[in-house]
Amino acid sequence: MAATAQALGGGTAGAGASSAHTAGTQAVTYNDTVVRNFALAAVLWGVVGMLVGVWIAAQLAWPQLNFDLPWLHFGRLRPLHTNAVIFAFGGCALFATSYYVVQRTCQVPLFAPKLASFTFWGWQAVIVAAAISLPLGFTTGKEYAELEWPIDILITLVWVAYAVVFFGTIGVRRVKHIYVANWFYGGFILAVALLHVVNSAEVPAGFMKSYSAYAGVQDAMVQWWYGHNAVGFFLTAGFLGMMYYFIPKQAGRPVYSYRLSIVHFWALIFTYMWAGPHHLHYTALPDWAQSVGMLFSLILLAPSWGGMINGIMTLSGAWHKLRTDPILKFLIVALSFYGMSTFEGPMMSIKTVNALSHYTDWTIGHVHSGALGWVGLITMGSLYYLIPRMYGKTEMFSVQAITLHFWIATIGIVLYIAAMWIAGVMQGLMWRAVNPDGTLTYTFVESVKATYPFYVIRVLGGLLYLSGMLLMGWNVVMTAITPARASAAAIPAAARA
Amino acid sequence: MEIVYLLVPLSVVLALLIIGIFAWALKSGQFEDLEREGQRIFEDRASGPIDPDQD
Repeated sequence: MAATAQALGGGTAGAGASSAHTAGTQAVTYNDTVVRNFALAAVLWGVVGMLVGVWIAAQLAWPQLNFDLPWLHFGRLRPLHTNAVIFAFGGCALFATSYYVVQRTCQVPLFAPKLASFTFWGWQAVIVAAAISLPLGFTTGKEYAELEWPIDILITLVWVAYAVVFFGTIGVRRVKHIYVANWFYGGFILAVALLHVVNSAEVPAGFMKSYSAYAGVQDAMVQWWYGHNAVGFFLTAGFLGMMYYFIPKQAGRPVYSYRLSIVHFWALIFTYMWAGPHHLHYTALPDWAQSVGMLFSLILLAPSWGGMINGIMTLSGAWHKLRTDPILKFLIVALSFYGMSTFEGPMMSIKTVNALSHYTDWTIGHVHSGALGWVGLITMGSLYYLIPRMYGKTEMFSVQAITLHFWIATIGIVLYIAAMWIAGVMQGLMWRAVNPDGTLTYTFVESVKATYPFYVIRVLGGLLYLSGMLLMGWNVVMTAITPARASAAAIPAAARA
Repeated sequence: MEIVYLLVPLSVVLALLIIGIFAWALKSGQFEDLEREGQRIFEDRASGPIDPDQD
């Protein structure tokens, strides 16, 4: 990691601090320092977040792995895992790719580069604060929004700066049309700002302690309005922005139907906002609200699959590229997982299905088919495209390692989600089984015991996925420290002059 | 469920905002030549070695 740290520290170190090209008569120098820093941070935090994930998965199989220390307890490390993979790994990747894409599609450098630099250091500060405060036990108790109020305020500041940089860049664009990827990124930035402010409304009660502004079922409703839209806008819309830029670029052909991509965007953002109540089926939430949530979740299948098919069909007529190009493998298989989990999600939101699946490990399996399969693979594919270009290269140090990473990760995902599907359905069936006299057939602990082998299989799947990420880390470091070809290194100096 | 008095107006305002942005996009000609716009990401003349998108 020494090379990574060095690359992060040195603003102008390396050939890719900025890249230049000529647009018409004027030369454009893109601000890629912040892009590269975020990309490297995404890889680093990916390793950390996935390591914590494997650790807590192992704790579920072998509980003594918490060593009787409160800081290593599952209840504290689990939010650390989710925050690290979603907001540190996923977040840094979204910053990196959105800054990369918005500059190239608007053909202007970043608006307010100092502010962009602030978003990098501010976001790293948020991540470090989370990594310290969560194991120490500071939490609001709101899932995916556990960070306490001082950190919430810092997040808000960074996010406002992000919005200024991103929309400012669009504001000064040289291309009249705003490319569809930017619409997805823009929707993600605005929606996350709104979600964060509403859901994190809290009354401070001293430093690092607060109470939610809402109570009881109101709080639950706001929490899952936030929680599901965090999935919808943070983990879906933002990564669809990546999809709509990096798949066409890597495939070397425009998106299958640009018209459909526009429909995809507007349909998705109109329907996502009301799907949240499906997280609260059979709770104190009024039945009508649960039904509204289920209905909107079912409607969501249409735009999701429209976008998935649009992305995959981009390869129409060039399917042979999938055989040889590991980056395309990442990107296209990511879309397959997107299709799978956006089919599974609406099915699970149907109340009768939910009666079986809720509170079981099926939910965990569903989340990870989306997280490891869709978010993880699309991010890795996009970073494999982007990172060599930050160092003036056309490809990563080892293309074979990318292929290997792809297969390790895919096998890991399959092990993980298949184990959780089986475990989840089994748990649901055991919990609902009743004897003729009305008593429960199984005690809860019997279902835990039956789940044990699947927890072990999950650890194995997670270990594979983590190994793939470590391989990526090695490949990135090697790409960064290997000098670019002589011709490549000479040009940027000339272009800048 | 008093929370609906916050969440429903909030989502209505949001929907209106989205419709407003959509109307702006429509009127300002964002959707005039969609086939061409899909191609444009390849016209970014960044074919120099430092940003070899075209390779």
